[in-house]
Amino acid sequence: MHLAELNIAHMRAPIDSPELAEFVAALEPINTLADGYPGFVWRMKESEEDPTATLTHEYGDHLLLNFSVWESLDSLWNYVYRSAHLDVLRRRREWFLRMAEPYMVMWWIPEGHIPSLAEGMERLERLKAEGPSPEAFTYKDSYDSSAAAHLPAAAEARK
Amino acid sequence: MSDDDLEALALLHDPVRRSLYEAVAASGGDLGRGEAAEITGVSRTLAGHHLDKLVDAGLLESAFRQQEKKGPGSGRPAKVYRRAAGERSVSLPPRDYVALASVLAEVVDSLGAEEAAEKAARAAGERLGRGRSEPVEAVLRERGYEPYADGGTLRMRNCPFHVLSHEQPLLVCSMNLALCQGVLEGLGDDPGRARLDPRPGECCVALSKTKQD
Repeated sequence: MHLAELNIAHMRAPIDSPELAEFVAALEPINTLADGYPGFVWRMKESEEDPTATLTHEYGDHLLLNFSVWESLDSLWNYVYRSAHLDVLRRRREWFLRMAEPYMVMWWIPEGHIPSLAEGMERLERLKAEGPSPEAFTYKDSYDSSAAAHLPAAAEARK
Repeated sequence: MSDDDLEALALLHDPVRRSLYEAVAASGGDLGRGEAAEITGVSRTLAGHHLDKLVDAGLLESAFRQQEKKGPGSGRPAKVYRRAAGERSVSLPPRDYVALASVLAEVVDSLGAEEAAEKAARAAGERLGRGRSEPVEAVLRERGYEPYADGGTLRMRNCPFHVLSHEQPLLVCSMNLALCQGVLEGLGDDPGRARLDPRPGECCVALSKTKQD
């Protein structure tokens, strides 16, 4: 099984505004780091040419979305918290508003399956509404892949 | 505190075992029996005996590493030792500050009070450094960071806040950075020497060399 992760962030200002300029400048190095990081599988990209292009979506212009797939909980955790990514994360309040609700969700997927953004947003809504479960969880309440292997959602994705 | 913890730590009362444990810990990775014997100045057999005792007690972990050199006997993998990931602590009378710190970290997170936490950590660091005349390495070593030189950088092998830094990595690592900056400030050193440069398995903070170097 592979691990899918979606996170959303509420931008303080439009992505092309001076307030976000330093964040946008960090996108290329931090995404390059992710793409080569041990355990990285896939991430949704807006553009193959422009590394600073953020995902366009229908969930509101104020939201910045990151959507990726990893080999394990540890590989994603090490990238997020034990790489140069941490320093960017530490500065998040300069660019993003604090969110009281869950802003990241993870779930297990069969290897080779590429989940849709809509599925990710549904999982996040599920986490908000019902709390963590094997179908939608966070690092604080994580489930290993064996807990998800027999879920209907995983069987559905395998069809 | 469990009886296991107490028994494991009591093993380190033996000076040979203690120096072997320290040699393995200071290597930061896998250390062979021969290397450990050489560092501590005891025979390979004696080193192996004590290292295995430390493995039995859960203070070290062992693994087998394929030998690089060619020639007779090279096919046999060498036994190597590394520090065990689990932590041991003994407190008499029993104390449990981690449980409370974990709850407090959760409160800081739920209030979004990171800035206040970092400010408090910086002040705490400043108090630790104030009035001391040693270099920052010595102060950090005393706090359990296990600093070591890595080219032009001073890195720290050990995270003194390990459990918390896994529960609340962003908060705890940011506070740790602020604390280290505070220590530098208290020592009259440049707080800008400390920066976040995390790696798996080590402390998230690294210090650049002083300008004099």
